[in-house]
Amino acid sequence: MNKNLLSENDITQIFDSNLLHEPIEISNISNKGRLVELMKKMISIRFVENKISDNVADGTVKCPAHLGVGQEAIAVGLAEHLCKDDRVFGTHRGHAPYLAMGGGIYELFAEVLGKEDGCSKGMGGSQHLFFNKNGYYFSVPIVSGTVPIAVGAALAAKMDNKNGVSICFFGDGAMEEGTVQESLNFAKSHNLPVVFVCENNFFASHMHILERQPNQSVARFAEAHSIKNLIVDGNDVVKVSNISKMAIEQARRTNEPFFIEAVTYRWKGHVGHRDDMDVGVMRSKDLGIWKERDPIARLETALIENNIITNVEKESLYNEIGDLINYEWERAKKATFPQLDVLEKLVYFSNKSMR
Amino acid sequence: MNNKITYAKGILTAHQYLLTKYKDVFVIGQGLWSPWYVGQTMANLDKDFGRDRVIDSPVSENAVTGAAIGASIFGYRPIVVHPRLDFMVLASDQIVNEAAKWTHMFGGQTKAAVTIRGIINRGGEQGAQHSQALHSWYAHIPGLKVVMPATANDARDLLISSVLSDDPVLYIDDRWAYDDEEEETEIVEIDLAAQGPKVKRIGSDITLIGAGYSAFQCLHVADVLKKEGISVEVIDLRVINPIKHAVMIESVKKTGRVLAVDGGWSNCGLASEILAGVVEAINPNQLKSKPQRLTLTDAPAPTSKVLEEIYYTTEEQIISRVKNILKNL
Ligand SMILES: Cc1ncc(C[n+]2csc(CCOP(=O)(O)OP(=O)(O)O)c2C)c(N)n1
Ligand SMILES: [Mg+2]
Repeated sequence: MNKNLLSENDITQIFDSNLLHEPIEISNISNKGRLVELMKKMISIRFVENKISDNVADGTVKCPAHLGVGQEAIAVGLAEHLCKDDRVFGTHRGHAPYLAMGGGIYELFAEVLGKEDGCSKGMGGSQHLFFNKNGYYFSVPIVSGTVPIAVGAALAAKMDNKNGVSICFFGDGAMEEGTVQESLNFAKSHNLPVVFVCENNFFASHMHILERQPNQSVARFAEAHSIKNLIVDGNDVVKVSNISKMAIEQARRTNEPFFIEAVTYRWKGHVGHRDDMDVGVMRSKDLGIWKERDPIARLETALIENNIITNVEKESLYNEIGDLINYEWERAKKATFPQLDVLEKLVYFSNKSMR
Repeated sequence: MNNKITYAKGILTAHQYLLTKYKDVFVIGQGLWSPWYVGQTMANLDKDFGRDRVIDSPVSENAVTGAAIGASIFGYRPIVVHPRLDFMVLASDQIVNEAAKWTHMFGGQTKAAVTIRGIINRGGEQGAQHSQALHSWYAHIPGLKVVMPATANDARDLLISSVLSDDPVLYIDDRWAYDDEEEETEIVEIDLAAQGPKVKRIGSDITLIGAGYSAFQCLHVADVLKKEGISVEVIDLRVINPIKHAVMIESVKKTGRVLAVDGGWSNCGLASEILAGVVEAINPNQLKSKPQRLTLTDAPAPTSKVLEEIYYTTEEQIISRVKNILKNL
């Protein structure tokens, strides 16, 4: 591979699912409290998604829900470095970035249930999330749809001159859309402060990347557009955080785009709650190996081995987060549905005053 | 033959027929190796005909569609599958700017014998980007034939005739119709150019006109209202571009009343075209009531179930509209 292609790990290790099962390296991090925060965030995201998953299974949640269980470390590691002027764009698999940026659990639950208190006022469901308190976030399910949008958001940030940065999450499948290539070229040739984050989980619905592309790594596309890039173990929250810090700081300082390929694996099917069956494709064997690279377990074990938390503390943390999530779920179930007249009133922004 | 055939089976059968009989036919698009995207309409085709003729593709709508159109110049008759019209929007450039234009702009010396199959897949709280019925948009384009079957045998025979047509055809099927059954007829190769609107229920009180799933709803409505003594004539358009108005005009001259039903939006939509074509050709004094249309509310598809329930046109709504028209409301 090209020598400009940096990597925190040996790239071959990252792509070998039999490796990197051990606890992550945390000895060089002085602020251990920060690591506990990262752990809490990841656990919380996983519990939220498992809650949604259970309710997809029993039919309570009807909207298509694309769960990112197993991929939590990427959004969580990156969100550490975001500021209020930053803008983040997600995909159909958008719960984790939303929650990592501080999006409310209650508002997410209400949204997937189609309730008025939802983060998109019950108008979007799981696939269309909106949040603009700590920075700006939205996600949509048209594959690649937000990639040029993020580039435009970076253009606006550059014009504002306030050091805002734009972040774009997308999948390995999105790399196959022409608009992504166009966006990379435009971002580089105009030097726009955008960090492209490709969550390479090897699949686009039922198709493995090697059935769709000649190479299982996507960083080559950034290389082709002369965009600095790194491949990272997406299931190591510390490594993701380190690389994100560098990428985001560079974009802030120099307006240079950056491309991160975060290698990961999703534990659930493409859409919905099942984890043994992926839109007709059985992945049971690989899935078992990838579960050994669990981003949460790898951090937890490291924290316990380094005597930063005890097993007892971990248990009580789990209970605390579990209770909170149950509480928010019950609350969301009781929330009201949107008024029927919003169907027509919310079509044009200039009409909103009619409300 | 006294077998039943479903709409989904009709589409599957057409593929089997074409892939067996015509070596120049191949199928390409997303989800072709997975039952998930395209329901039972393509079950096992990859196994039966090989993955070099039934090709699942990268997430690259525009390139894949363009590639099929390109292959069509050199003797192939590809079918490109888009599991949702919403995703097909990304391929509009190749469909609208390329395939639809060549015959005209190259002086009739070349053609794009390609069939683009776009699926309408609505409901289930999927929302604004996964539910669009964009047939009217594409029917606006001269040079692009647009076919919308409403019933199982038509789903089969119109797909076959689309593929055998020398023009680019957008064939739009609707997942809501997949389980619809009818008595199976013999496969006949019909010339697409000769196809157009058909009277599928004969009646005298009012003419209902629609295409695809809307026509299918109208057929049910006619059967329901017949029991109440209301005689409804139903016209299934089948081909919406180029559109032929003659059958519609004759029917409305007879019944004096017309309701156009469409699963798209109203402004510049198929229902408007139906009414315009009829009204232009009829003396006002031949009409017993104002021509009307029933379409979606002009809003994107919502997700929340309470909004979804009021968004899509139901057979009950068609029935009550028919009754109002008969009361001259
Ligand atoms: C333009 C477009 N084409 C196809 C789809 C259907 N689709 C939804 S998600 C998906 C796979 C995307 O894969 P990837 O980008 O790797 O994201 P992942 O699902 O792995 O997170 C596809 C093909 C879509 N939503 N939009
Ligand atoms: Mg993927």
